[in-house]
Amino acid sequence: MSSPILKLIAQRVALGIVLLLAVSVLIFAGTQILPGDVAQAILGQSATPESLANLREQLGLNQPAYIRYFHWLGGALTGDLGTAMSSGQDIATSIKGRLWNTLFLAFWAAVVAVPLAIILGLIAVRYRNGWVDKLISGLALASTSFPEFFIGYVLVFFFAVKYQWFPAISTVYDGMPFGERIQAIALPAAALTLVVLAHMMRMTRAAILNVMQSAYVETAELKGLSAFNVIRKHAFPNAIAPIINVVMLNLAYLIVGVVVVEVIFVYPGMGQYLVDHVTKRDVPVVQAVGLIFAAVYITLNIIADIGAIVANPRLRHPK
Amino acid sequence: MSNELEYLSRRVASGKLSRRDFLGRAAALGVTAPFANMLLSSAARAEGPVKGGTLKAGLVGGESTNSLDPALMMTQVPFAFGKCWGEMIVELSPEGKLENRIAEEIGSSDDAKVWTLKIRDGVEFHNGKTVTAEDVAATLERHSDEKSKSGALGYMKGIETIKASGKEVVLTLKEANADLPYLLSDYHLIVQPNGGKDKPDAGISAGPYVVKTNEPGVRHVGERFANYWQGDKMGHADQIEVVVINDATARTAALQGGQVNMINRVEPKIVDLIKRVPGVTIRNHAGPGHYVFIMHCNTAPFDNNDLRMALKLAIDREEMLNKVLRGYGSLGNDFPINSSYPLFTEIEQRKYDPDKAKFHYKKSGHDGTVLLRTSDVAFPGAVDASQLFQQSAAKAGIKIEIKREPGDGYWNEVWNKQPFCASYWGGRSTQDQMYSTAYLSTADWNDTRFKRPDFDKMVLAARAELDEAKRKQMYHDMAVLVRDEGGLILPMFNQFIDATGAKVGGWVDDPHQELMNGYALAKCWLEA
Repeated sequence: MSSPILKLIAQRVALGIVLLLAVSVLIFAGTQILPGDVAQAILGQSATPESLANLREQLGLNQPAYIRYFHWLGGALTGDLGTAMSSGQDIATSIKGRLWNTLFLAFWAAVVAVPLAIILGLIAVRYRNGWVDKLISGLALASTSFPEFFIGYVLVFFFAVKYQWFPAISTVYDGMPFGERIQAIALPAAALTLVVLAHMMRMTRAAILNVMQSAYVETAELKGLSAFNVIRKHAFPNAIAPIINVVMLNLAYLIVGVVVVEVIFVYPGMGQYLVDHVTKRDVPVVQAVGLIFAAVYITLNIIADIGAIVANPRLRHPK
Repeated sequence: MSNELEYLSRRVASGKLSRRDFLGRAAALGVTAPFANMLLSSAARAEGPVKGGTLKAGLVGGESTNSLDPALMMTQVPFAFGKCWGEMIVELSPEGKLENRIAEEIGSSDDAKVWTLKIRDGVEFHNGKTVTAEDVAATLERHSDEKSKSGALGYMKGIETIKASGKEVVLTLKEANADLPYLLSDYHLIVQPNGGKDKPDAGISAGPYVVKTNEPGVRHVGERFANYWQGDKMGHADQIEVVVINDATARTAALQGGQVNMINRVEPKIVDLIKRVPGVTIRNHAGPGHYVFIMHCNTAPFDNNDLRMALKLAIDREEMLNKVLRGYGSLGNDFPINSSYPLFTEIEQRKYDPDKAKFHYKKSGHDGTVLLRTSDVAFPGAVDASQLFQQSAAKAGIKIEIKREPGDGYWNEVWNKQPFCASYWGGRSTQDQMYSTAYLSTADWNDTRFKRPDFDKMVLAARAELDEAKRKQMYHDMAVLVRDEGGLILPMFNQFIDATGAKVGGWVDDPHQELMNGYALAKCWLEA
């Protein structure tokens, strides 16, 4: 690998870190603007002015915001995300399990969705404008157009209640056998797959169709390659950059955007954890989760960028 | 009961005769269906609990912020799981009587100021230690301490000194209180080793199940405690599990799919659909919980009793009960007490009367609209109920303007702050508790701003009265005062609606709280 690529990658990573820092400022500022106050939220309706003052003092809410920011950032960089205000548990420990669950679900949804979307996209291109293409696009678009909770409930109704093939709730726990775990996440993974499928599939189709118009594809066709080989050898490698982009965007969605699906299937992941703590005004947890989500998003975007650069010689040597 | 019927019901219980055949034969003997059903359930109970298996409940009301510290329990999941691993000093039986648990005997001085709890011998904690009077005293001390932030703090403040000596705990109260044993049945007061002062969230008590897994907001698992002191009455399943399912549809699906054996809070609008599912039984029963519209008696325009009366008469309770609760509830009568309280007495039911409402409205001299704040979180169906109220009041010439408030922050910004809004109460176990919490002039949660020195005196007098007949009369008079002059519009009491799946035995309705007052997992069993 040549050094310009390494330099580009280093640039992207550095840019990502700067971006993450900026996001951390935004997250911190945002949680400061949230209405209400943690002390008030913890004590609830039984709060008296004295107990409020005591608790604020105890939680360090009386310090100026910028001091609290650097304190928090320093902790986060060293892996210390603080303790949850509402339950007193260590945030890093509780997030670890939750994050692992979310990644587990996202991984299996992606394992199904990404190849499926790309293959369906390729098939759609091969039979473009025919009934196969229309059927694939129609079904995929329909599944995306339905809200996630609707797809979730439909899956539950048929596969959990009516036929009872899969459990209706996806509670997973430590020490659960792998097979059971896979069975438990089958329905939420299916729901997520249906939600992200169309975007990736349509993008694959569009990107490849775009290159199919170019002269070299025509040449390839003229030299007698079969339709699939034209797509595989000539069109796909040139269309890969936008495809990687959309795949990464959807992967990010699988991790940070699954709140609704997690709630419907009672899956103990990050989304549910975040929602619980937002309603409790548990600021340290909200900040920590926000930071992790931002990091996931930025990392995946960097990977998409780098992937696109590596795949496209024109981007490798910018003029 | 005739011998033949008894014989038949035993045959059903042992599986030798089908339920349908039994009902047919019973009808032939001239027995009505409800009575025959009752015979059947008592026979099934007589058949006795089945030991073993895993009993699972899918419940709403758990968050990842929950703690095992009993002082901090607020929502349904910690409450129900607490009844599995925790043991109480004293508990309320389904019939509303006191049931002695760790306290073997409770006695009081004649003036109801000094109370003595005799601690039962041979009750063991999960950590192998024996429960002592010191542990009980320490538990009560911890919940009396402001720092514990205990949900029972309000009542515990009334205790002046707590002393343990030998096998007894002696409590001296600041003011006489005949209801003290009922207060000690508060679900927060789980007895912990050294009162939980060392580690409040250790999850160790003397209940029928030992905490095995505690994942707040996800699942809680308990394993049967071999040395539980009354293992014949509770702790039938080998293992119990609470799965947190906050989504109503997911909860129902989990019950239908057989992943859980019981669920709580079935929505009234789907009860009729769930009923038809084979194997599923709806367990609905009256409780002390109620849905309310509250007016501040000290804020204009609600400081005028004629206006308050006009609004009370302008609400169509029957319609609201049928449309909002689908009949799963009972009519309210503008005072917060119903038959689930031990000293309840009937008072004439207030009815929808537009003409009388018009009369009082005119007399109040109020002009223009009345602003009612409501929200989805005030109670299930609160927005619909507010609109029904608006329509029935319009017929009496009273214009109600509805303002829909966001659910987030409703309990901080609207309830107990704004002069007229929708709300709910879960109820308490005694009249004194209910009135002391929300109707005393000094109460923080006096959400109707009902500040009447004469009423306060009645509350204190009734609290100290040990003669039951006299107390009943006092509570009657207090109820009339709240009903006719207070700021409470109480259209309906709601019911607890739980549901169980196939093979769940041992269910007994309990009017105090949902899920058999939280004991469903500990007291039910899986039929073979």
